[in-house]
Parts: sequence; C-alpha cells; structure tokens
Amino acid sequence: MIQESDDVIVKAVARLLVPFIVVYALYVVMHGHYSPGGGFQGGVILAASFVLLGVSHGLEKTRRRMSEKAAMVLSSIGVLIYGGIGALCLILGGNYLDYAKLGKILRVTPAEARSLGILGVEIGVALAVMAVMCTVFFAIFTAEESPEDYRSLE
Amino acid sequence: MIVKDVLVILFMLGGFFLFFTATLGLLRLPDFFTRLHATGKGDTLAALWFLVALAVHHGFSLTSAKIVFIAVFLFLAQPTATHAISRAAFRCGVRPWTLERAVLLDEDTVEQGGEK
Repeated sequence: MIQESDDVIVKAVARLLVPFIVVYALYVVMHGHYSPGGGFQGGVILAASFVLLGVSHGLEKTRRRMSEKAAMVLSSIGVLIYGGIGALCLILGGNYLDYAKLGKILRVTPAEARSLGILGVEIGVALAVMAVMCTVFFAIFTAEESPEDYRSLE
Repeated sequence: MIVKDVLVILFMLGGFFLFFTATLGLLRLPDFFTRLHATGKGDTLAALWFLVALAVHHGFSLTSAKIVFIAVFLFLAQPTATHAISRAAFRCGVRPWTLERAVLLDEDTVEQGGEK
C-alpha cells in the first residue's frame, strides 16, 4: 500500500506532468496509423500517468479516479470495441477486421473507412492496455492487503 | 548556414563535455549521493544542450517545437526523479560519505588485511 508522499516537490511536479502525459498518450494513439506509436504504446503511457499519480499521491487518491472495478470494466470494453469492429466487418460481408466494409455504415469512401476503422481498433486496444496495466499496478501494490489469499496458496 | 553549423557544433561539444564530466563523476566519486549529484545535474544539462543543438539544426519547424517540449519536460522530470531517488536512499539508511568515515573505513580494511 503506497501512502501519499510527504514531499512537496514530487507531488507538485507529478500534478503538473500528469495532464501532459495524458495528452501525449492521446497523441500517440491518434497518430498510430502513420507514425511510430499506436494503441498499445498509447495505452501504456496512459497507464503510466495513473502509476505516477499512485506513487506520488497515494493509492487512495488514485482509486478515486480509477478503481479496480472500473479498470476491469474498461478492459472488457476495450476488447469489446476491438472484437466488435472486427465482427461488424464480418457481418457486413468482409473478412475479420476488413475495415473497407464499414464504409456502408459510416457513408464514407472505403479508404476513409479503413483509416477510421484502424483508429477505432487503436482506441479499443489503448483502453484495454491502460486498464490491464492499472490492474497489474494495483495488484502488485495492494498485495499485502489480502495476505490470506496468498497464504492459502503456499 | 555556416553560423548555424557552428552553433550546432558548439552546443554538441558542450553536451559532450557535460556527458563526459557526468560519467567521470559516476566512475570516480566515492558514494551513492555524490554519484547521483554528478549524473543528475550533468546528464540533465547535457541532454538539454543536445536537444537544443538538434532544434537549431532542424530550423524553425514543428519538429523543433516538439524537441523544445521534450527539453522542457526532461528539465522538469529529471531533477525531480534525482531528488526522489536520493530522498528514498537517505530514508532507507544509506549514509552520506564523509572524510572521517572514509578514514575509519580505510583503517578497518587495513587492520583486517583486506583490500580496499
């Protein structure tokens, strides 16, 4: 369990950096089509902002923004977006993740539909990766709170 | 063009000098805090000078604006990380190096016949 840091420098700089980290993560997600980056990297950077919040302001304040339950729900939603877009392409008569078929729904040309489909999948991947990374972080740093689970394993 | 190249070379030489002194400090200074002091300051400013050299080399563009952003956040984050690490080390019981303690440690190793 991480307590809130009593160091004013660390807390102030973390408070300053977290919004910029989130903006940079969104930039990495949005530019995944044609520059280095993408859903996985953007999701990890998003999770890093929560980890920074956790180590500087304590787990209680981090839980108010992202609880374990919300992280599990968000990871499921991310996988649902990814699989849903792929299955939608199947339903519309293409292969799995054949984004060009989405043009029928979105009323755009197949090229634009490919771009938008990749963006949708990237957002799904980013949500899932961010939520799973947060779950791993919480699981590691709250291990001593539930010792009976671990004792039963030994 | 010549002026720009000379500026880039000067900035890069400054960065090389600072990286060199920081690495020298890391290798030669006696304990954790002094080594952190050398690398924390030296690497931050060296990286800043290299980034400024890259920005100057690229001219006035979006890329150099991004490089300036990287420099600003590096300058914020790296001293904070150094501060947090040194604070954590001090709380975990790492004792700072002093001349008196160094002399004592030297005598101990000489009496035990061990190497320094």
